[in-house]
Amino acid sequence: MEMQQFHYDNKIVQKFLYATLLWGVVGMLVGLLLAFMFLFPNLTDGISWLSFGRLRPLHTNAVIFAFVGNALFAGVYYSTQRLLKARMFSDWMSNFNFWGWQAIIVAAAITLPLGYTTSKEYAELEWPIDIAIAVVWVVFGWNFIGTLLKRRQRHLYVAIWFYLATIVTVAVLHIFNSLELPVNALKSYSVYAGVQDALVQWWYGHNAVAFFLTTPFLGLMYYFVPKAANRPIYSYRLSIVHFWSLIFIYIWAGPHHLLYSALPDWAQNLGVTFSVMLIAPSWGGMINGLLTLRGAWDKVRTSPVLKFMVVAITGYGMATFEGPMLSLKNINAIAHFSDWIIAHVAQEMPAGSRSAIEHVMDGDRELRRLQQVAFQRRHTAAVLVGDGKARRVTPAPGF
Amino acid sequence: MSVIYMLLAISILVALIFFVAFVISVRKGQYDDSYTPSVRMLFDDEVREKDPEKSTINQLDKPN
Repeated sequence: MEMQQFHYDNKIVQKFLYATLLWGVVGMLVGLLLAFMFLFPNLTDGISWLSFGRLRPLHTNAVIFAFVGNALFAGVYYSTQRLLKARMFSDWMSNFNFWGWQAIIVAAAITLPLGYTTSKEYAELEWPIDIAIAVVWVVFGWNFIGTLLKRRQRHLYVAIWFYLATIVTVAVLHIFNSLELPVNALKSYSVYAGVQDALVQWWYGHNAVAFFLTTPFLGLMYYFVPKAANRPIYSYRLSIVHFWSLIFIYIWAGPHHLLYSALPDWAQNLGVTFSVMLIAPSWGGMINGLLTLRGAWDKVRTSPVLKFMVVAITGYGMATFEGPMLSLKNINAIAHFSDWIIAHVAQEMPAGSRSAIEHVMDGDRELRRLQQVAFQRRHTAAVLVGDGKARRVTPAPGF
Repeated sequence: MSVIYMLLAISILVALIFFVAFVISVRKGQYDDSYTPSVRMLFDDEVREKDPEKSTINQLDKPN
């Protein structure tokens, strides 16, 4: 029997955690300022770099890539070492990952308020920063796979697979969506044009949510929920099915951000079909997480960590129900652009002057016919009155 | 809509890579035991020393 001793690298985890706290505060303060601007639209009048259009991408980038990004790295660096029973492949790479990512965030915090943007949602950063993101991400992936290869635990726990999917897919999405032709140091144009650009953008945008915000945190759920509850995941078999079904379905759902657009109907419908199919793996994962607490709900009463986890998993369940429902065209037509949609990525179609519900009401032809008759009669009457020639105006019956 | 062929090609390629990874992991017996890993991950094998600075030292009985 051989005894091996080694140290986990906890310093890097600590660094990422502090960065998470810092950028969480910054990103949400910018969000608070934006929320105030809904009440007081002239709050930052005259200061171009504090205008709404420049602060909004700063807020979304700060929360997604700085706050959530650093949390993702902290969780991955912590759990990967323990699941693989190995220190990270290279401390140098870990630190390059950390400092490189912070430099990217600072670059974003400077360039976005100054108005340098590609105008692609969640991919606003200009080409030099795009290249930096690709380099840092590849180093992160290299470091992770290096650790994977020198692991002491033969079995790859399901969380590791979620991290692998994150690393590979985010790299592919970022690189292909950010293909652009620079015209100078801080301005570039996308190599795609028109609806093609929109399709690539939402193939990226949707899967950025899928593989940057979702899969890494599902991996973290499969590590930290059993740890916090001190009992194994409800069904390890289900977690394996969850992973493989989720990643094969997720990547096809992007076109549901382009409903009613110039994108061909068949592509829109393909996106909708896969969106609805996504309910199965998503809810499988949610149920797996919640049922882990069966027989341990008393711990939830006293453990703040478990309380947060229960809320998070429940929220995941609700969001992954809302998403597929909103991807259905007929539901989207009623609900979208209404105040009832509180937490889902927007449709990338131009805001029309006509309310979405009008398109639904168009379906009731009898209603529309009667409204037209009524409109014409009122209009005619008004014209007659306005001319001053009519003595008596007969109101339209029933209106 | 020619770009859709590029997106389909990339997506299918990524899916194929993962499919191959799946087949290999099944053949290598990664999924033969669908219970033990869920329990094993609960144990960290960390050595708790009196000196808190060194509490992250790890010991393993054997390398797998």
